[in-house]
Order: sequence, then C-alpha cells, then structure tokens
Amino acid sequence: MSGIALPRRRMLGLGAGTALGLALHCRPVAAVSAAPSLRTVELDWAGGRPITEGRVNFEIAALVENGNTVPILVKVDSPMTAADHVQEIVVFNEKNPQRDVVRCFLGPANGVAQVQTRIRLATSQQLVALARMSDGSRWSQHVDVLVTLAACIEP
Amino acid sequence: MADATPAPRARSLIHGLDALRRGQPGEVRVTLGHPMENGLRHDGYGNVVPRSIVTRFECRLDDQLVFAADLYTAVAANPYLAFWLKADGPGTLRFDWTGDWGFSHRETRQINPA
Repeated sequence: MSGIALPRRRMLGLGAGTALGLALHCRPVAAVSAAPSLRTVELDWAGGRPITEGRVNFEIAALVENGNTVPILVKVDSPMTAADHVQEIVVFNEKNPQRDVVRCFLGPANGVAQVQTRIRLATSQQLVALARMSDGSRWSQHVDVLVTLAACIEP
Repeated sequence: MADATPAPRARSLIHGLDALRRGQPGEVRVTLGHPMENGLRHDGYGNVVPRSIVTRFECRLDDQLVFAADLYTAVAANPYLAFWLKADGPGTLRFDWTGDWGFSHRETRQINPA
C-alpha cells in the first residue's frame, strides 16, 4: 500500500506546487488585463438591447491638462415626463484601471436630464456616455480625449 | 469591509436650492469633502493605501428618491455632482452619501420654491 501511496502523494505535492507556481506566475498578468474592453462593458450594460449613437450630449475638454479632476457634463435629449424620461446615465472609460466612472439614476422629478461631475483620467483614451430611456431604448456618445498629466500617478 | 480604517469625517456644500422656482427645473450642485482614495496608490513605505471612496449618493425629496448616483474610483476627490430638480412646492431635501469603511454623511435642507 505504502509503495503506491508515496508516489501518489509526491505526485499530488508536485501538482500542487506546479499549480501554486502557475497561480503566482499568472496573478500579476491577470490583474493587469482583468478590465474588459470598453465595447464589452457597453454591451453588458445594454443587456442585449441595441445602442444607438445620438440623443446624448457628452461634454468634456478634448485636451485635458490635469487628469486628476476633469469636469464632465452629460445632457440627454428627453422631455423628462412620467411617460418619457431618462432612467439612467452612465459613463465608462477605456483605459483607467476600472471601466466604471459613474452611474446616475434619474426620473421625471428631475425635469432636465443633465448631470455634471468631475472625474479622473489615467491616460488619453475614449470615453462613452450612455443613457437608458423609460421605453428601454439606449443611446450613447463616444468622445476621445487627450490627457497631458495623468491621474493615478504619484503622489 | 473590515473596520481597520476609520471612516473619514466629511463636510459638504449644497448650492442652487435658493434659486429653485415652483414647478421649474433648477440645478442642484453638491460637493462632499472626501479624498476618494482609489486604492491604487502607495504611501511612503511602499504599502498600498486602502481604497476609501464614496460609492453612493442619494437625494430624496420628502422621502421620494429623486436622484441617485453610484460612484467609482474614477470620480475625482471631493466628489461633485450637479443634477436638476423640479419641485412643485415646499419640502424637505435629504442628501445621503455612503461609502467604504462604513462612511456615511447626511444633510437635510428645507426648500421653499418661489
């Protein structure tokens, strides 16, 4: 019995060691490439519904001097009535460590479908603002920005 | 998350409420003093500074949710949000921020649109 058990244990140990080595080896690579592409994130958000370019007005400076705080404004063409209003406005980025930037939830009580905030940009990249209407339609606008001083760099 | 890092205390600025007109949409602008630490930076000793961001903002008018936002690490420090609000009469506005490490901050304002 022991004659069989010993190689088996050794094999198991070898296998575990290899697996650990692989895991250690793969982890940094996985961490860097974990964020999905912008297109994937958009399609996931849409949940199979088509996204049409239009109705969304995404204002951001084309040339950003300081990526640590970049003002953005998203305005959606909508009457904002109980029957026809914007329910959600989201912004995704292409090359920050995380794709999500902000998700806003609106309703007829807002009267105007417009939000502003300030964001961080790690590098020159494409951004997209998407809007989900009460009828389920989804609209978008893509914007390319150049960043001269990136965020996420020390200090 | 564990409670190793105390939630930072915060101050906030809320603008635009005095300019609201009855039944007319007006812009409300809110800022919260918060570092929005993104969890990617290192301190002087090479240790990662743990993530501490505001993850959610909610605005309620008389307990009705009128605007909400999920914030992520890509939102700049001292998160600023501007949105529009159409109030049909006097009411109570409640602003709630919540975030990592049990952070929460609440402001309440009475509005009386002219």
